[in-house]
Amino acid sequence: MGGKEEMKPYRRPVPNTWWLERRSYFLFIVRELASVFVAAYSVFLLLVIYKLGQGPEAYEGMIELLRSPALIVFHLVVLAFAVYHSITWFNLTPKILVLFVGEVRVPPLLIAGAHYFAWLVLSALVAWVILRA
Amino acid sequence: MEKTMKLEIFRYRPDQEDQPRFQTYEVPFREDWVVLDAINYIKDEIDGTLSYRWSCRMGVCGSCGMMVNGIPKLTCATFLKDYYPDKIRVEPLTGFPVQRDLVIVMDDFIHKLREIKPWIIRREGEEKPIEGGEYLQTPAELEQYKQYSMCINCMLCYAACPVYALDNTFVGPAAIALAQRYNMDSRDQGRDQRQEIIASHEGIWECTFVGECSVVCPKAVDPAGAIQRSKVSSTIDWYKEVLIPWGGKKR
Ligand code: SF4
Ligand code: FES
Repeated sequence: MGGKEEMKPYRRPVPNTWWLERRSYFLFIVRELASVFVAAYSVFLLLVIYKLGQGPEAYEGMIELLRSPALIVFHLVVLAFAVYHSITWFNLTPKILVLFVGEVRVPPLLIAGAHYFAWLVLSALVAWVILRA
Repeated sequence: MEKTMKLEIFRYRPDQEDQPRFQTYEVPFREDWVVLDAINYIKDEIDGTLSYRWSCRMGVCGSCGMMVNGIPKLTCATFLKDYYPDKIRVEPLTGFPVQRDLVIVMDDFIHKLREIKPWIIRREGEEKPIEGGEYLQTPAELEQYKQYSMCINCMLCYAACPVYALDNTFVGPAAIALAQRYNMDSRDQGRDQRQEIIASHEGIWECTFVGECSVVCPKAVDPAGAIQRSKVSSTIDWYKEVLIPWGGKKR
């Protein structure tokens, strides 16, 4: 036998663009990236609350700012990413949550469906609270 | 005229060259040929120096895994007709060092398989003597882990995993699925021992859930699902230990 010293295994480099090589990798990166936008929005929301704490004038100014086209675009972009993030994760929930009732496995569709249902109910609740005023 | 097809094959011969290159071969096209048949044809009729692994030709031994047009496949189960008339590019499985041509170095994988203790472990004093007979199990208990026991160690899931390609310390899909297979076996009591590796930084937490491992798996093992379920139970462990004073006790 040749022995290990004679072997020179070749290590293939991983290109920085590996995530562009397959559709599924790309969609994965978008899903991960989406969380940055969700986080950015949380920071923004904290800022709005902070302004609220500084009194009515500061808050009014903030509301004025919110009407600017740039911020409307920001909201739309964040919304798109948040929806994508939620949908991709909800679709993955059946893989994570494997439940048995007795000996029967709860169907995957039901698990994902329950998440969508909860999402719908919560959204409706939020919409009701805001639009009621 | 006989129909033919071109195969572009990754060549690396460490005794002759430092860099790999691609070599193109033309083979007859047959409806019932798989990529492995074409490679065997090359070896037998055109170029005997080509090296690769194979054995069963029926999707059981798990040794013929290669990248076919960039996707990890069992070449004995990948038909030429699905690619005809285009050229097919065949490369060794990504994520692993290449020994020669299409042969990868799999020491790391074998080491990881062994590391997660893939056998039934019983607690001290709870091992039955041979005369005691086998540990019994109901069909429902078998169902809990059966899927994870179908793995043929073909490593396609590792080749599909960008996390493993970027960082070889990751325990990886098949090894974690195998750990899950024993953890969920009603006869086994060794989960705590496996957790040392599974719940470590190189274990389940390295996984970012790309999910490609489950897509390429030829045996529907769903290693991605196994890893996420393992994350859930490790998280529950953690809460038990931190929140309930007596919860962390080893049963
Ligand atoms: S989990 Fe599937 S892809 Fe991975 S080694 Fe086992 S059979 Fe192959
Ligand atoms: S040759 Fe055995 S799995 Fe392909």
